[in-house]
Amino acid sequence: MKIRAQIAMVLNLDKCIGCHTCSVTCKNVWTSRKGMEYVWFNNVETKPGIGYPKDWENQQRWKGGWERKRGGKLVPRQGGRWAVLARIFANPYLPEIDDYYEPFTFDYENLQTAPELPTAPVARPISLVSGRTMDKVEWGPNWEEILGGEFDKRSKDYNFEAVQKDIYGQFENTFMLYLPRLCEHCLNPSCVASCPSGSIYKREEDGIVLVDQDKCRGWRMCVSGCPYKKMYYNWVSGKAEKCTFCYPRIEAGMPTVCSETCVGRIRYLGALLYDSDRIEEAASVENPHDLYHAQLDLFLDPFDPEIRRRALEDGIAESWIEAARNSPAYKMAVEWKIAFPLHPEYRTLPMVWYVPPLSPISAHANAGAIGSSANGLPDVGSLRIPVRYLANLLTAGNEAPVVSALERMLAMRAWFRAKQLGEFQDPALLSSVGLDEATAGEMHRYLAIANYEDRFVIPTAHRETAHDAYKIRGGCGFTFGNGCDGIDAKAGLFGGKMGRRKMIPIRKLDEAE
Amino acid sequence: MTAPTILDDFLFDIYPYICLAILLLGSLIRFDREPYSWKSDSSQTLRLRQLRMGSNLFHYGVLIVILGHFVGFLMPEAIVLRLMSPTEHMLLAMVIGGIAGLIAIIGMSVLIHRRLADVRIRGNSRRWDIAIVVMLWLQLALGIATVPVSAQHMGGAQFERLVAYVQTVVYFQGGGAAILQGIPWVYKAHILLGFTIFLVSPFTRMVHIWSGVGSIAYLFRPYQLVRKDTRAANPMK
Repeated sequence: MKIRAQIAMVLNLDKCIGCHTCSVTCKNVWTSRKGMEYVWFNNVETKPGIGYPKDWENQQRWKGGWERKRGGKLVPRQGGRWAVLARIFANPYLPEIDDYYEPFTFDYENLQTAPELPTAPVARPISLVSGRTMDKVEWGPNWEEILGGEFDKRSKDYNFEAVQKDIYGQFENTFMLYLPRLCEHCLNPSCVASCPSGSIYKREEDGIVLVDQDKCRGWRMCVSGCPYKKMYYNWVSGKAEKCTFCYPRIEAGMPTVCSETCVGRIRYLGALLYDSDRIEEAASVENPHDLYHAQLDLFLDPFDPEIRRRALEDGIAESWIEAARNSPAYKMAVEWKIAFPLHPEYRTLPMVWYVPPLSPISAHANAGAIGSSANGLPDVGSLRIPVRYLANLLTAGNEAPVVSALERMLAMRAWFRAKQLGEFQDPALLSSVGLDEATAGEMHRYLAIANYEDRFVIPTAHRETAHDAYKIRGGCGFTFGNGCDGIDAKAGLFGGKMGRRKMIPIRKLDEAE
Repeated sequence: MTAPTILDDFLFDIYPYICLAILLLGSLIRFDREPYSWKSDSSQTLRLRQLRMGSNLFHYGVLIVILGHFVGFLMPEAIVLRLMSPTEHMLLAMVIGGIAGLIAIIGMSVLIHRRLADVRIRGNSRRWDIAIVVMLWLQLALGIATVPVSAQHMGGAQFERLVAYVQTVVYFQGGGAAILQGIPWVYKAHILLGFTIFLVSPFTRMVHIWSGVGSIAYLFRPYQLVRKDTRAANPMK
């Protein structure tokens, strides 16, 4: 067992109002640069819909994620190492910019400078790629907002698999949910595996997956390798870019920009300890239905003294173990089992998890066609969003865990509703779904109240133990040229290191002991 | 045969070394000081159309051509002569080089058309992007043009002189200009343009060739890469 830690995110879809504040603040911070106009490290999709980029969930087409071979070996779906290199000159599975959308601005100036005309002046769209006027904006980052467009097109949504989808096109049966998406910072990332130059890596200390911009050569295999299509090609810089999980903020113990600014307070950040030796084993279980549980099994109990001892041995700081004990991600994913990974069948073991949304009782059930279950809770089968749809999204089609999570949320609601109204609080209501009073209270605090300090439990990076601070004092500011890249410290082409001058070593106090 | 002029000496004995030196040093300096600028600069995201055919034809064709040049010119003469006669050696070069060259130039023609005719690609091309594809197209054309010229000298003596010239350059023997006296201009132009492409490579996206070779390392690395923070450490220890 080798214990590593990761800052994981959980999004409570039950409370997402689709305001796109996360997307906009993220864009302003990270992707408002040239070549990145079409890029949204964080975007919010209305489901059912084909999403951004179009049809991203269709891995028959885009070949993202992993494929389990007959012998149980995992190979990137787009091909093994030789196949990837053979396709390096033209990647057949790479989305074109039009699959996202052609980025555009408007000719606003014309509104002010147009001569007097019989008609009102218009601001025509201008392509940010070619610089030419566009006849028509064909698609945008959120074209299907609130079920925009025909059901026929939206229902190409991959999550309708095994759902009798035709009835959901009717107005009275329609349903929707918002799905905010960002890089999953997977435990078994297929972008890392697809990179011919080895420029993408996972950080050991907090699990954040980053692209080394100096090492990326723009082979773009990661773009097709990522099943979530959250790896983007900057067509100006020629480099791959992705969500950084706002690592400078995370290191300082602050939430990511998308989480910080979330109006609905649906985002949670917390540490999870996991066994990195069993990643491959968990990712390659045979039945996709088991992937959710296999990943759940990787997470370690931070309250177990033996785990604590081994974690310390593996270099995890005490403050991180403490944070893992207070982690909202641990509570929601492991203790209450109400959060699930997005599309575990891609076998990348994603680390951004989702609490499935409740939805109103369908008109059908309201009319009395479907009764409520014995404990007075409505049957989850009578909710507008088909359980199978959520299961296809979150558990590779395995309905039981989703049903259980929805029941727990319904029970918690009913329990607190009774409390608020001064009605009889039936303990059987909670016990029938495996909850007790204390847990329901905690769930209520985390889900409904969602205090800032409950949502974000982020241990700071241990910078102080990293560098010997004495050596880097005065390291930046008045430098020997070239900014702070440390050329004066290491051997370089020009000049390089100075000769070894013997100096009286300065000993630190603890070394002297 | 006349003696080489000073210009000949410069072009065929000195210029190649200038080009090779700048190729190596320029690449090294760019790699060391400007790693962010080092990339293949693919335009596939902006337009897939034509790229798939053009790029594959060009790259696979040119890989065979380059490999052929290396093997054909740098294999020691003793080994070549044991395997085949000079005529056969030349015929092999003409056939393989000719076919691969044709494949590459068809691909490059498609790519040039795409680069110039597509508004998206044209609008986002650097001057060097256009210059280098034109240079490569010309180089391929010159290379293919040598095939019919070679066909008029099937004895193989002229071909052996070209081999000898390349080897004098590679093995620092000098006197290359003298060897090339009387060689048709097509060969000379091909040689000069070839070295000029070496010369400009460090300043263009051509540097991605080094990384293409480097990506062979991908075949031998594990799928997952984890970087350890040199900073993270157990304060308990």
